[in-house]
Amino acid sequence: MAGQLKEVRNKIKATQNMQQITKAMKMVSAAKLRKAQDAIVQMRPYARKLQEVLSNIVSSAESDAGMSLAVERPVEKVLLIVITSDRGLCGAYNANVIKLARTTIQEKYAAQQAKGNLHIWGIGKKGTEFFQKNKYKVSDAHKDLFLNLKFENVQAVAQAAVKAFEAKEYDVIELIYSEFRNAAVQRFAVERFLPIPKVEKKEGAKKSDFIFEPAKDQLIAELMPKILNTQLYKAVLDANASEHGARMTAMDKASENANELLKHYKISYNRARQAAITTELTEIVSGAAALQG
Amino acid sequence: MNLEILTPEKKLFSGEVYGVQLPGITGLFEVLDKHAPLVSALKSGRVKVLKDKSNHLAYYDIQSGFVEVLNNKTTVLVEGATSAE
Repeated sequence: MAGQLKEVRNKIKATQNMQQITKAMKMVSAAKLRKAQDAIVQMRPYARKLQEVLSNIVSSAESDAGMSLAVERPVEKVLLIVITSDRGLCGAYNANVIKLARTTIQEKYAAQQAKGNLHIWGIGKKGTEFFQKNKYKVSDAHKDLFLNLKFENVQAVAQAAVKAFEAKEYDVIELIYSEFRNAAVQRFAVERFLPIPKVEKKEGAKKSDFIFEPAKDQLIAELMPKILNTQLYKAVLDANASEHGARMTAMDKASENANELLKHYKISYNRARQAAITTELTEIVSGAAALQG
Repeated sequence: MNLEILTPEKKLFSGEVYGVQLPGITGLFEVLDKHAPLVSALKSGRVKVLKDKSNHLAYYDIQSGFVEVLNNKTTVLVEGATSAE
């Protein structure tokens, strides 16, 4: 009996320790999530204005010239940029991104994959390691982006992708990442990076007589890479916020589960304790009765 | 006029100013109050903000970017900008 008591006591202790860790991790994630969300909010005015400038230029331009990054080529060589996290313990977050990447390959790019013309750039350790293990053609040159998350570094990756597209190394480049909705909800998305979808001209939009310097075509050519930088940066920030959100939710759940377990253990602990006392009492009473008798 | 300097990482400057000097891709130019609508590409260089007429200045080093002037509101969009002395 005493042995069982000790066993349950140990279990309770272990569960409490675990709960302390999951609670701490949840707090840390909450703080990091706030920071990541701030970064997204900070970026929004810039992204919005950039888009505005572009649509201003496009709607006052007469031709579609200067859109070398919008050229659709027959799809033979494909690049997927898959953004996962560096660390685990965030629920199904990484698994979901990887799953989405694999279904995309199977459904959309099976032919290219069979010919070995499908490449992957992994951002974040978890996804990169998975694809390496499973013999995909994966480059880990940009794996460590999250270690030092700065616009400059993201810009470098975006420019490398643009260069590869222009050099016709790839005909299509897609981003696979998790879009941040709120702390508990992520939307896993496949997004076209290159070629750029054609910008719609806004008919009837108020035309201001802008002075353009240099000419519109040249401006568009300058603007496009900037928009791509911003797009990738947004994806990376989204993924970062999603990761922390997912971890926060996972750790919250884990703390809750630990609570359940503790309740359960406490009941069996008390039961064992009472049983031990009852046995002891019976022993004493029957011992006394034997002496009197 | 109103001036905003935006980068992907944060809003660098926002407020009423007298004018701003920008490194345009074809040469240095200045935007003052009531400038005509303008869109221009910027090359790497130094942005000089004239906060008022009496020589209160602020400098920013930029890599490259864009400026849009519309309705007396100037928006500078730059990548890799840092405040400089």
